[in-house]
Amino acid sequence: MENPLPTTAPKLNLAGLSKKDYDGAPSTLCKGCGHNSISSQIVQVAFELSLRPHQVIKLSGIGCSSKSPAYFLGMSHGFNALHGRMPSVATGALLANHTLRAIGVSGDGDTGSIGLGQFKHLMRRNLRMVYIIENNGVYGLTKGQFSATAEEGLRLKYAGENPFPPVDLCLEALVAGCGFVARSFAGDAKQVRELLKAALSHRGTAVLDIISPCVTFNNEDDSPKSYGYGTKHEKPLHELGFIPPAEEIAIEPMQPGEYRLVELHDGSRIALRNLEADYDPTDKTVALRRLLEAQEKQEFITGLIYYNPHRPNLAEVEGLHTPLAHLSPEQLRPSPAALAAVLQDYA
Amino acid sequence: MSVLEHAQMAQPAIQSPIVNDFSLVVATANGTGSQTANLTLLRSFFKLGIPVHGKNIFPSNIQGMPTWYHIRVSHQGYVARKPSEILVAFNPATAQEDVAALPSGGVCLYHTEIKNLPQRSDLVYYPIPAGEFLAGMDIPVKRKPYLANMAYVGVLAWMLDLPLEVVAEALGAQFAQRAKLVESNLEVVRRAQAWAAQNLQKRDPYRLEPMNKTEGLILMTGNEAGALGAVFGGVSVAAWYPITPSTSFMDALKEFLARLRKDEQGHPTYAVVQAEDELAAAGIVMGAGWAGARALTATSGPGISLMAEFVSYGYYAEIPAVIWDIQRVGPSTGLPTRTSQGDLLFTYYLGHGDTKHPVLLPSSIEECFEFGWKAFDLAEELQTPVFVLSDLDLGMNNWMGRPFDYPNQPLQRGKVLSAQELEALGYFARYKDVDGDGIPYRTLPGTPHPMAAYFTRGSGHNEQAQYSERPEDWVRNMARLARKFETARKRMPPPVIQAHPQARIGLIAFGTTRYAIEEARDRLAERLPTSFLRLRALPIGPEVGEFVAAHERVYVIELNRDGQLCAILQNELPELASRLYPIAYLDGLPLTAQWVLEELLKREALQ
Ligand SMILES: Cc1ncc(C[n+]2csc(CCOP(=O)(O)OP(=O)(O)O)c2C)c(N)n1
Ligand code: SF4
Ligand SMILES: [Mg+2]
Repeated sequence: MENPLPTTAPKLNLAGLSKKDYDGAPSTLCKGCGHNSISSQIVQVAFELSLRPHQVIKLSGIGCSSKSPAYFLGMSHGFNALHGRMPSVATGALLANHTLRAIGVSGDGDTGSIGLGQFKHLMRRNLRMVYIIENNGVYGLTKGQFSATAEEGLRLKYAGENPFPPVDLCLEALVAGCGFVARSFAGDAKQVRELLKAALSHRGTAVLDIISPCVTFNNEDDSPKSYGYGTKHEKPLHELGFIPPAEEIAIEPMQPGEYRLVELHDGSRIALRNLEADYDPTDKTVALRRLLEAQEKQEFITGLIYYNPHRPNLAEVEGLHTPLAHLSPEQLRPSPAALAAVLQDYA
Repeated sequence: MSVLEHAQMAQPAIQSPIVNDFSLVVATANGTGSQTANLTLLRSFFKLGIPVHGKNIFPSNIQGMPTWYHIRVSHQGYVARKPSEILVAFNPATAQEDVAALPSGGVCLYHTEIKNLPQRSDLVYYPIPAGEFLAGMDIPVKRKPYLANMAYVGVLAWMLDLPLEVVAEALGAQFAQRAKLVESNLEVVRRAQAWAAQNLQKRDPYRLEPMNKTEGLILMTGNEAGALGAVFGGVSVAAWYPITPSTSFMDALKEFLARLRKDEQGHPTYAVVQAEDELAAAGIVMGAGWAGARALTATSGPGISLMAEFVSYGYYAEIPAVIWDIQRVGPSTGLPTRTSQGDLLFTYYLGHGDTKHPVLLPSSIEECFEFGWKAFDLAEELQTPVFVLSDLDLGMNNWMGRPFDYPNQPLQRGKVLSAQELEALGYFARYKDVDGDGIPYRTLPGTPHPMAAYFTRGSGHNEQAQYSERPEDWVRNMARLARKFETARKRMPPPVIQAHPQARIGLIAFGTTRYAIEEARDRLAERLPTSFLRLRALPIGPEVGEFVAAHERVYVIELNRDGQLCAILQNELPELASRLYPIAYLDGLPLTAQWVLEELLKREALQ
């Protein structure tokens, strides 16, 4: 049901909804958990962009992070799938109806270990969805074991010392062919929001690897995935601002070369004010080198690391037009004459 | 020894003619292209109007390993596997054992390049100098080995009285009327036949005579029939990971979809995805079913293992899905190119926690087609994963059948609420049993109504689909799912019963074992009359218990070691369990009527 446009109530967006309409059930996650702040940014962004809730689907795997779709967009269909298997469910759902907007939420365990295979193949297929990894370096839900993104040598009370090097999920996305690779920090609400908006406008899979501290198992200040560390060490590659399709550029005039406008698939743009000289997020080699460098130096870089809107998404590759879920009985079942013609070949 | 000397060796005298009743086996090496020649033979017999069936019995290697193609010709219409009286020996590696396997009075047609062919005085031998027939023909060297196989088609045409026009027709169908290919193949057949007519003397009793028993019938594999059925069931999303013997199901599906499913502007109205594994294939099917598209996957035993977690999920979250299991011999790789009925227990109960699933059990190409579309109606009506359990024998071999009936009912899309219906109801609870049949109502993502959304989860939930750990919510929900399964029981295709008025003994089976059983029953009609119930689905309906109750003893015949169906029936009919006896056997080959007959006589102490 489309609600009528607001006349007087200023707190309604273009969809006629208030911000509260984008809430979900109350969160059952720990107070202060990074995942909660990401949920609130999703609510804020959905409100600001006037998303129609019924056109959105929320998907997740299993984990504390994957529980969070229950805590935002209560008027959108949700699918809390199996551990590490959200990409395949999203693939099926969006093949059935490619006009839906999909927001997927996963964890570092869900994506980086049990689901790494599906994650990589999701990138290959370039399904049009936002894929958020709420990355805390541990398995929150199963009580604090190291995940595959935990730093080598990290010491935690419960898990002990981690002897293995981490998997960098942005690197994995990048080499698997993802055209929208971003890293952010749950403590940097504004950046999370702008990246989310841009991700929702992307043509294919948009990966947001958001460092999201687990206050219960991995939040000592010396741990790179803690609030304290993140706040102190975050190194944004750029400041960024999302500009919806119809809007004039509202950013302040700047010297040429100081900012870059990147056109997104649906006509919206993202303005990037470089903080790091000459970082070009449309150059894959640059992105790759920067990620490797950051890994080596243990730098916490954030921002839109790589952007390329040119690869068609899965629905485009499949040539889909009418959503398959909306086909009429006549479109679904060929005629008796068609059956007879096929059988003729086997007579 | 020259070819002609060989042909004139002392050989058994001619017996009285045996018309339209024999089995022949073509022994070749895998990858030599004998399939074309074999299918040409099969189609030729079929076009002559004689009931026929072909079985490819092959190892899992791609090239160089032995392959046996069995063709049974039976004027009575029997299609079960039967040891062959006629051998085409084209594989030197297996010639020794192939010749040894022939019964006395059998016929051996052999490639003259095979050295040390065993000589048996009780066989008729015909040489085939296959290379000679290609001499002077303008064909690429690469294609020569393929064409050489046509030589045995030619010699058999001479031996069996198979008219060349019929062979030409069969070749036309085989090569989709591509004239050049038809002509070059036919030329070899022609030369071989002419050579045989001139140089060989017929000494065997086997002959073909035209009949009219295949008029109006079709010849198709079960996988093709199932895929075609799925297309007429409106399949829109298919995901899979290659595995023998299900691969040809997906190949056929892709072909039929490309041919039959485009919209007015030429856009495909389907999507087929080769997934990264069966786990992903199952996930794609669940996602698509949840979002309102008819979705299927096809696999075999090992793939079913990987789908287990999603199938549990689908049962509990109530998502329609269709899963074809073309059974092969497992565990693990097992005998990947051999047939079995080993996944019945596994699929029926697949999953962790309390789970059980409707399982369709086709035995013929007609049933593959019918269950192909019906599976979607059942899955959507019942909102649950539905299995279709075929097997390698049915799926990969060519079977005769009646042209398929067009679906006799419109698509049954189940209880899906639209925005208007939600508005009228003013209330929506995803998992509430509104109608008392255990089946709740669902909504599809994208439904423009503020009440439409619900949260799908594998975790405990109440009627509103909210997270719940309350014991009474769990119990109520599981009781409703059990009630839904009782509804399923009433909607599954009923068994087919062939009752014999004097029978004290009943037989129960499912799938392709029926052919050996039906033939054995005919042969036992006097000595041991039996009634036969052929199950076409699980869960069983009331007919099964009534059938068991009406017989002193009931043998449950199946192609596995432990008697899986028998165990299920004993479990579901505890008061009748002592009447049920398994006859379970698996060696990778389809059952023969002889084996079934002897086993029954032994069990009944009549032998
Ligand atoms: C097949 C399977 N194996 C194991 C589990 C147990 N499990 C649940 S959540 C989880 C780890 C989640 O870690 P992560 O994705 O990082 O999420 P977080 O809780 O940290 O947000 C595990 C191992 C499961 N649910 N399913
Ligand atoms: S355990 Fe960690 S990840 Fe889970 S809810 Fe608590 S803080 Fe968040
Ligand atoms: Mg985690």
